Amino acid sequence: MDKEQYSTIEQEISPKPSIIKNVFKAFLTGGIICLIGQFIALFYITFFDFTERTASNPTVATMVFISMLLTGFGLYKKIGQFGGAGAAVPITGFGNAVVSSAIEHRTEGYVLGVGGNIFKLAGSVILWGVFSAFAVALIKTILVKLGVVSW
Amino acid sequence: MVTRGVIQFKTAPSIASTGVTAGPLERKSPFSESFDKIYDDERCGQDTNEHGHAKLMEDASMIALSKVNAIPEDADFLLTGDLVNQMTPSNFCATTLGIPYIGLFSACATSVSSLLTAAILTDAGISELAIAGSSSQHNAIERQFRYPIEYGVQKGDSAQWTVTAAGAAAVTPHSEGVPSIERGTIGKAIDMGLTDPLNMGAAMAPAAADTLFRHLEGHGASVEDYDVIMTGDLGKTGYEILKRLADLQGIRNTDNFRDAGMEFYGKDTKFFAGASGAGCSAAVYFSEIYNKMLSRQYKRVLLIATGALLSPMSYQQGDTIPCTAHAIELTMK
Amino acid sequence: MFSIYITAFIVGGLICVIGQLLFDVAKLTPAHTLCILVVAGSILDGFGLYEPFIDFAGAGATIPITSFGNSLTHGALAEAEKHGIIGVLTGMFEVTSSGITSAILFGFIASFLFRSKGKA
Repeated sequence: MDKEQYSTIEQEISPKPSIIKNVFKAFLTGGIICLIGQFIALFYITFFDFTERTASNPTVATMVFISMLLTGFGLYKKIGQFGGAGAAVPITGFGNAVVSSAIEHRTEGYVLGVGGNIFKLAGSVILWGVFSAFAVALIKTILVKLGVVSW
Repeated sequence: MVTRGVIQFKTAPSIASTGVTAGPLERKSPFSESFDKIYDDERCGQDTNEHGHAKLMEDASMIALSKVNAIPEDADFLLTGDLVNQMTPSNFCATTLGIPYIGLFSACATSVSSLLTAAILTDAGISELAIAGSSSQHNAIERQFRYPIEYGVQKGDSAQWTVTAAGAAAVTPHSEGVPSIERGTIGKAIDMGLTDPLNMGAAMAPAAADTLFRHLEGHGASVEDYDVIMTGDLGKTGYEILKRLADLQGIRNTDNFRDAGMEFYGKDTKFFAGASGAGCSAAVYFSEIYNKMLSRQYKRVLLIATGALLSPMSYQQGDTIPCTAHAIELTMK
Repeated sequence: MFSIYITAFIVGGLICVIGQLLFDVAKLTPAHTLCILVVAGSILDGFGLYEPFIDFAGAGATIPITSFGNSLTHGALAEAEKHGIIGVLTGMFEVTSSGITSAILFGFIASFLFRSKGKA
């Protein structure tokens, strides 16, 4: 049997992800997380000196804090199993990636273990975020200098 | 006569005793009644997952030894393996036991490859008492091969759950009243081009099929000769594929096919397609199957442990997943 | 007043749906998926579209990881406007520092408090 024949058999038998169900669960989970974020933003706008624009900073920090607790108590992996991308895409998923790596590697010490591995999963997002921001900003700055576009 | 990888043991070495240890979650297993020791702590009371992993193997070996009234100093060889980097849990277990030791890596097929190696040494007359076995510890293996334990990744229905368990068998020259090792087949490394590390069963099924067919052909046997043919950790997906591959080979009657991984956690869907890990097949073979042979419910069984020979690095470099399967035939007179 | 909550829910949910489709249909790993979304957020800000999007969807736009790409780019562009090319480097983390800082700090604190547990 060659690889192509086997691939046909394998794909016939292996269970397929139920895309409609997964998409719905992702929508629900992601939506609820963003809704909670909106309420937290309201809290900072109402009780502290934040505007709608600046409230996103403490909101993000609060969401990451909640994510730390959920990760530490073993709940975020359950949310992740249910919600898929709905749990991974919000900033809480970024927090979960950082926190889960940090607690996983504590047995190798706080310098080599936690320090060396805390960005094991989240590092790729930071790299690509920084690189794409650099590229976009550079291109736009050059275009502005050339007078093609304006700020 | 010599056939590639197909072994007939002239002296039929025996498995004089076995020892099986498991973690707390494994109480859910329908086989847990026949495990020798179940820990209340997932690290077996040790400080790290990896030390707990070593402790599992060490205790399983000690239990197998104690059942034949032996101490580590009596054993001639220790043949064990696991899935952690450079197999430190097995190595550290060997340090504690002080038995002449060879670490064996066949991934989750190590339960059988170690048993075969012990039988070969015994058959050659250079071992009176050899301990063979393998182990896995959920946390240590998941972080080795996949993600941190607490990372919220979504697993599909074909994913498998690495067990926390170890199994050890004491292999001696032939003796009556215990199961003996009559025949075996060493597996090839087979790669059918699959890449999904969350669908290992499908990657391993062709290796299991190849070893099964070669074993039957090499020994002139048929599937009806066995009370049970039990694969290691194919899980639901791999098990179904193996049955299909057997069907294509003209083997219609697969009623006696079982899979240790698929049955390990019963029908609990939290474990997706079933269990996996080097301790999965070892724990089931050396408890459930061994006990049923002792009570003569099973007189002839074929155990085919399967293993996926990948590393996180090979996966990231885009390599497909080669797999192997080793078969051993046990008889009870 | 209430409409922002509905928009946040729907828009945030829809960004996650894109992520789920990248998982299940395009068969990408979580890491690849998140990187694509971050780059998308960054490019949208390059065209000046992400800030109006935040005004429209609130937390539905600031909570998904796309906003991380946006705020990196936004910081870089704001500094570039004042100081030219050199601002691209110096301004990058100006807006986004809260996400990274809190993740590092809380991650470190968590490593003192918690251990991972292999429960199903």
